Amino acid sequence: MNRQEEPVELINENGLRIDGRRLDEFRPIKMKVGVLDKADGSAYVEQGKNRILIAVYGPREAHPKHIALPHRAVLRCRYHMAPFSTPERKSPAPSRREQELSKVIREALEPAVLSEYYPRTTIDLFIEVLQSDGGTRCAGITGASLALADAGIPMRGLVAATAVGKIAGQIALDLSDAEDKQGEADMPVAIMPKSNVVTLIQMDGGLTHEEFERGFDIAVKTCHTIHEQQKAVLKERYLAIKEEVEGKSESTKGEEE
Amino acid sequence: MSSTPHLPPVATIAQKTVVDMLAVGKRVDDRGLNDFREMKLEIGPIERACGSALINLGKTKVMVGVKVEEGEPFPDTPDEGVLTVNAELVPLASPSFEPGPPNENAIELARVVDRGIRESKAIDVKQLCVQPKRKVFVVFVDVYVLDHDGNLIDASSIASLAALLSAKMNEYEVENGEVIYRPELRTLPIQNHPVAVTLAKIGRSLVVDPSLDEEQVMSARLTVVSDKDGRICAMQKGGAEALSVEEVKQGVAIALSRAPEIRSRIMEAVKT
Repeated sequence: MNRQEEPVELINENGLRIDGRRLDEFRPIKMKVGVLDKADGSAYVEQGKNRILIAVYGPREAHPKHIALPHRAVLRCRYHMAPFSTPERKSPAPSRREQELSKVIREALEPAVLSEYYPRTTIDLFIEVLQSDGGTRCAGITGASLALADAGIPMRGLVAATAVGKIAGQIALDLSDAEDKQGEADMPVAIMPKSNVVTLIQMDGGLTHEEFERGFDIAVKTCHTIHEQQKAVLKERYLAIKEEVEGKSESTKGEEE
Repeated sequence: MSSTPHLPPVATIAQKTVVDMLAVGKRVDDRGLNDFREMKLEIGPIERACGSALINLGKTKVMVGVKVEEGEPFPDTPDEGVLTVNAELVPLASPSFEPGPPNENAIELARVVDRGIRESKAIDVKQLCVQPKRKVFVVFVDVYVLDHDGNLIDASSIASLAALLSAKMNEYEVENGEVIYRPELRTLPIQNHPVAVTLAKIGRSLVVDPSLDEEQVMSARLTVVSDKDGRICAMQKGGAEALSVEEVKQGVAIALSRAPEIRSRIMEAVKT
C-alpha cells in the first residue's frame, strides 16, 4: 500500500485549518484516569485521532537490583507506538525516534516526580500510542503525569504539554499529523504549570526568532489551560472514589441499624 | 526503555567549585559565560571518506566521516537523496562509554545533529536524485566521538557541517538508470550552514559550550541550531531538571548571537 497524500490547503480563505480549527485552537482533549485494572496508575488520552494509553507501575522493587539508586527512585519510561497506529504498519521494534522520545519524555517528567521519597525503587511508565495523529509525545506527557498522580506518587505538580508549529507561513497551535507533515515547523513544549517551568522543549523546521518567541508564549499559555482540565479530570476521579466509599459505608450503616 | 542515569562519581569539591565560581560569574576554565572553548578543525584527515573533519573543542575530540553511496529513496520522497546520521560513543572516549549498539545518548546526539542538517535543508537532496523512485545518493554522516570532555552536540554538529562542506564525490553520468562515474571530483550540493549552540544551566547561570566538569553539575541543557539566515531550525532540551520560561528565551537569544561566529570559523577552516 502506498497512498500518496494529496497536498491540501492547510489554511482556507476563512483562516480555518483542515479540521476547521482556528490557528490558536487546540484539538479537544479527552482524558480519563484509572482505566487499567493491574497498573498502579493509568490514564487514557484522546486528542484528534490520537489514542494513547499510559500505565504506571511502582514505586516497586528494582529489577535487576543494580539499576537501583541509593538516594532516589529510578524513573523508567517507554514511549511506544503500536504497529497499527500509523497509516503504514510500523515495526513493533523500538525505532530510534521512539528511543529518543522515551528519553525526552522521561526528562520532561523527572522534575515533577518526588523521586527522593522512594530510594532503591523504580517507577515505570509505559506510554502506548494506539493511534497516532500528530502531537503524541505531548498528549503522552499530559496523560503520563495524570497516570503518575493516579498511582498516588507524590509530585511537585502535574506536567502539561502541547506543540506549536508553523503551517502555510503562520504560527498554529497543536499540529495534527497532516499539518506536521506539510507544515514548516513543529515545537513541542511541556511545562509544570504550578511553577511555570519548562521541562521539555524541542523544535524542528524553520522559525525566526520572533516567531519562536510568539509560538513559545502561546504554547506555555495553552499548557496552563490543559492543566486546568487535568486537575478537573483527577478531581472527578477522586469524587467518584469518594462517592463509592461513602455509598458503601452508608449501606453498611443501614445494615447495622 | 529510558532510565534515570547512574552518574559517574564526581568529587564533591570539584562540583562545588564549578557551582560556587559560577555564582560569582566565573567559570572554572576562566571563560566568559557565552564563550566557546578553543576550537581546532582539521579538514579531511580520512582519505577514504568522501569528506571528513576532526574537531578539537577544548579537550573534546570528535571525528566525522561522510560517505556517499547509491541507494533507494524513501517512498514518500521518490526524487530526493537520503541523509543518514549515526553517532557512535566509542568506548575509548570515556570511562562511561560501553561497547554495544547506540544507547539513548548516542541516538539523541545523532538525531539532534540530523535535525539541524535536515531541517535547515543544508543538503539540496533533489540534486542527489539519480532516477526517481529507483535510485538516489545516500549521504552517510558518521559521528565518531573520540574523547568526551563535554558538549558533544555542538562538536558533532560543527564537525558534520565541516565534513559535508569539504566532501567530494566523483562526477557521474546516468545511463539507463546506471551511474557511470568519471574521475573528476565534485562537491556535494550544500546550500545551508546549520550551527548548534548548547547552553547548560548551572545554579542560576546559563553557560555556553559546557565542558564535562560543567555537564556533570548542570541541571538542564538547551541546544539551539540555527541556519545561515539566523532562523532556528532545531531545538532540544535535555537533562532531568526544568528551565524557566525566561531561561529558554534567554538561551535562544544567546545561541542565535553566538552561531554566526562559529559558522564563519567553519567556513574559514573549510576554505583553507
